Amino acid sequence: MERAALPGRLTWQLVSVVELVEETTRAKSLVLTKPDWPGGYRSGQHVDVRLTAEDGYQAQRSYSIASAPEDDHLVLTVERLEDGEVSPYLVDVLMPGDKLELRGPIGGYFVWEESLGGPLVLIGGGSGVVPLRSMIRHWCTTPRDVSVRLIYSSRRLSEVIYRDELTGYGSSGVDVRFALTREWPDDWDGHRGRIDRTLVDEVAGPSEERSRIYICGPNAFVEAAAGWLADGGRDPGRIRTERFGPTGT
Amino acid sequence: MSPVSRGFLGRRRPVADPSRLPPGQYLETGFPVLSAGPTPHTPLDEWSFLINGEVKEPVSWPWKEFLELPSETITVDIHCVTKWSKFDTHWQGVSVDTLLEHVNSEAAYLTAWSDGGYTTNLPLEHVSDGKAWVAYQYDGEPLHPEHGGPARLLVPHLYFWKSAKWVRGLTFTVDDEPGFWENYGYHNLGDPWKEQRYQGD
Repeated sequence: MERAALPGRLTWQLVSVVELVEETTRAKSLVLTKPDWPGGYRSGQHVDVRLTAEDGYQAQRSYSIASAPEDDHLVLTVERLEDGEVSPYLVDVLMPGDKLELRGPIGGYFVWEESLGGPLVLIGGGSGVVPLRSMIRHWCTTPRDVSVRLIYSSRRLSEVIYRDELTGYGSSGVDVRFALTREWPDDWDGHRGRIDRTLVDEVAGPSEERSRIYICGPNAFVEAAAGWLADGGRDPGRIRTERFGPTGT
Repeated sequence: MSPVSRGFLGRRRPVADPSRLPPGQYLETGFPVLSAGPTPHTPLDEWSFLINGEVKEPVSWPWKEFLELPSETITVDIHCVTKWSKFDTHWQGVSVDTLLEHVNSEAAYLTAWSDGGYTTNLPLEHVSDGKAWVAYQYDGEPLHPEHGGPARLLVPHLYFWKSAKWVRGLTFTVDDEPGFWENYGYHNLGDPWKEQRYQGD
């Protein structure tokens, strides 16, 4: 595993909500004014968001950054967890003009930037696509010397986040494969059912290609995909993961 | 002072004993998994636990000998830097004090290192006197690989990234040498009661 330079102290900052974009019935993108971060941020990093009630009670959660460092705004895409405390507020209550307290950027391992090279292989499940979307947007600003391929697994078409953007890449060099696990249209030409070893192996490319692989999603999804790739003889040091959700054990 | 978030009431979950929840944490009943890479699966006949570095004589135990060391059952609250805390987790493992009886060292710091390349640094005083274990059972069962099995470090009074999964050894160092997450901006010590999440906290 590689080492990075130590960043400076992370301070809480107030940013303004510029716009809210409804991505799906459960997910919204929070378009925010850019915080004052000395070194900017890198694709794959996340922020801590802190909410404060009138009596001073506070709650904090982490959210992945959806925008690329080059974008005009900081974008967080948040999916509502029904029993959640912070996500229902961000998705249902927050309005343009509101202020939001956050600090970051956090994390330095699950990041991609041009110097890391590729091929860049991205595997996302559910809202795990959020940091991968940042990487794709960042890749689009590079000379595109390396290829980029995405597998994105959702339960159904209505839950696909960034659907127009991701389908719109078409011939621009971003190879996007959708998988729908629960239901799919009759004429669906993407993957049907859960992702499997064949699909993951194909998209990851031969191990000699030494792809940079980023996997983000629920733990079982990440564990399966990372396990297939590591078993297949790929260097585990080139497989970076980010996981969420309880395992129930 | 943080400004009030318009319309935020908080869905405060009832916590039996709020004094057990460090600042900024919420109570979790599941057991989330967070790992930076694939889960390693080292066969037990290739597994050993090594203490080396600034010691007079390194010492190591193969898996079977490690299981023969005196073990303890531990019930502790754990706190992850990603904000969840879990109360009353049950473990079995070997106290780091027991392991350290077998080595001579003047060094004041340790680096725990793991299969897969993970490292984390700890001052000796934070892993001795009943503060840390190498745990191989969780809830009466062999520790699942996703949670760090066959064995993980357990340092419950610090954020859980210090409790290195898949731990294979402790290396004594003269200087405090930041480990994996510590190099990526996480706090060098990570005391949840002081909310030491990131560098400078």
